[in-house]
Amino acid sequence: MKKLLKEGPKTVNIGLRGFYDALKQQESSAIHVEWRPPIVKTDLLKRLRKLRKGREQ
Amino acid sequence: MTKVDAANKQALQKLFDAEPFLVGMGIAKDTIPGMKDKMLLHAGPHITYDRMSGPLIGAVIGATLYEGWADSVEEAREVLASGEIVFEPCHEHASVGPMAGVISPGMPVFVVENRKFGNRSYATMNEGLGRVLRMGAFDDSVITHLRWMENTLFPILKEAIEKRSNAEDPIDLKNIIAQALHMGDELHNRNKAGTSLLFRSLAPDLAETCQDSEKLSRVLRFIDSNDHFFLNLGMASAKASLDPLNGIEGSSIVYIMARNGTDFGIKVSGLGDTWFKCAAAQPDVLLFPGFTRDDVNPDIGDSAIMETYGIGGFALAAAPAIVQFVGGTPADAVRYTREMYEICAAENKSFTIPQLNFRGTPTGIDLLSVVETGITPILDTGAAHKVPGKGQVGAGIVRMPSEAFVSAAEVFAEKYA
Repeated sequence: MKKLLKEGPKTVNIGLRGFYDALKQQESSAIHVEWRPPIVKTDLLKRLRKLRKGREQ
Repeated sequence: MTKVDAANKQALQKLFDAEPFLVGMGIAKDTIPGMKDKMLLHAGPHITYDRMSGPLIGAVIGATLYEGWADSVEEAREVLASGEIVFEPCHEHASVGPMAGVISPGMPVFVVENRKFGNRSYATMNEGLGRVLRMGAFDDSVITHLRWMENTLFPILKEAIEKRSNAEDPIDLKNIIAQALHMGDELHNRNKAGTSLLFRSLAPDLAETCQDSEKLSRVLRFIDSNDHFFLNLGMASAKASLDPLNGIEGSSIVYIMARNGTDFGIKVSGLGDTWFKCAAAQPDVLLFPGFTRDDVNPDIGDSAIMETYGIGGFALAAAPAIVQFVGGTPADAVRYTREMYEICAAENKSFTIPQLNFRGTPTGIDLLSVVETGITPILDTGAAHKVPGKGQVGAGIVRMPSEAFVSAAEVFAEKYA
């Protein structure tokens, strides 16, 4: 906790970029990870990944 | 390599092998396959008159007046509502049109040929910015300008283009696009370099074929004053290059994206001719003075073919100056391009981005990647007023809605399970 108060937080922002931009404006240490929630149901994602099977192997 | 990967590789090879050349011009009803009298082509997927948005209504009113099917706006509305006029998507006739994208039987069109595969595509000449038909304007000045384009601009350009198409160095549109990307264009909302390169290439032929120096100077001044003159040719290049991807069994590459101002639609290589549709998005627009966000119509135009081709919004990093027109910063432009690599199956072999150490532009939107990542394509686009007749209100960035991709993915998964 002391270290956190002394050095300040190191932030990983996931998803909404606005929070990352706000932190950077305040010169806080932050990195941003582009991420969006899935746009389809898990069942369809599974079926699509099956079609892709082998691509990542 | 999976069957999908192999099919996508085949599709992309066809895209990279495409050789779009400007080969001629003609009047739409004599030139575009399946074009008939009392038919109007429009941007995006199929739509009926009662579902059309303001700019498309404005453009079909203007086209009705231009064709002489009505003598007043009121009469034009009656003719259009009567069922007498057939409305079909440009894309169903190997054609593309920016914004409302309306092509009527009497309008002149460019002819672009993909010399690798022999297929052709068609597009009208670009009218310029502001109060123009493609933005839904239809007042007397719009119709007068269209008549000048038909009676003066068209015959002069036609003669010069036909001369060049038979010469040893016909106009290679792919080459112009590749060069323009290195000169700060992304070829959707910035066509300054593309227009300049075309102008430079065609000027000697115009001088040789047109004997009327007064008319010629007006033609040259018009092209010089219209930074978007190359847009329609770039779109026709994209269309001619992408059409051979239709029907490649197992391929998940998107080969058409288009909007009619009400609906957004896509077609996928392995799913053939079927449109997958959803409601059109609302663009985030840098407005011209005097307009508000409430004035902006939902997204419209076949110009999304540029991003489908791997340029336009996908090549924003190549065009830092574009942010003055569409909003944001040059860093945003780079970020948009980098994001699009996540959903594309390849990097372009011909179109490269100097700012990214000459990396190929993200090319070949993979339906499966869009659905898996949730990242949908980014476009930089013009924006029209939602009231018919008002014209352009600005330009900006718009992200395509996901629903059309999801419904296409469901059919794709079913078909290729």
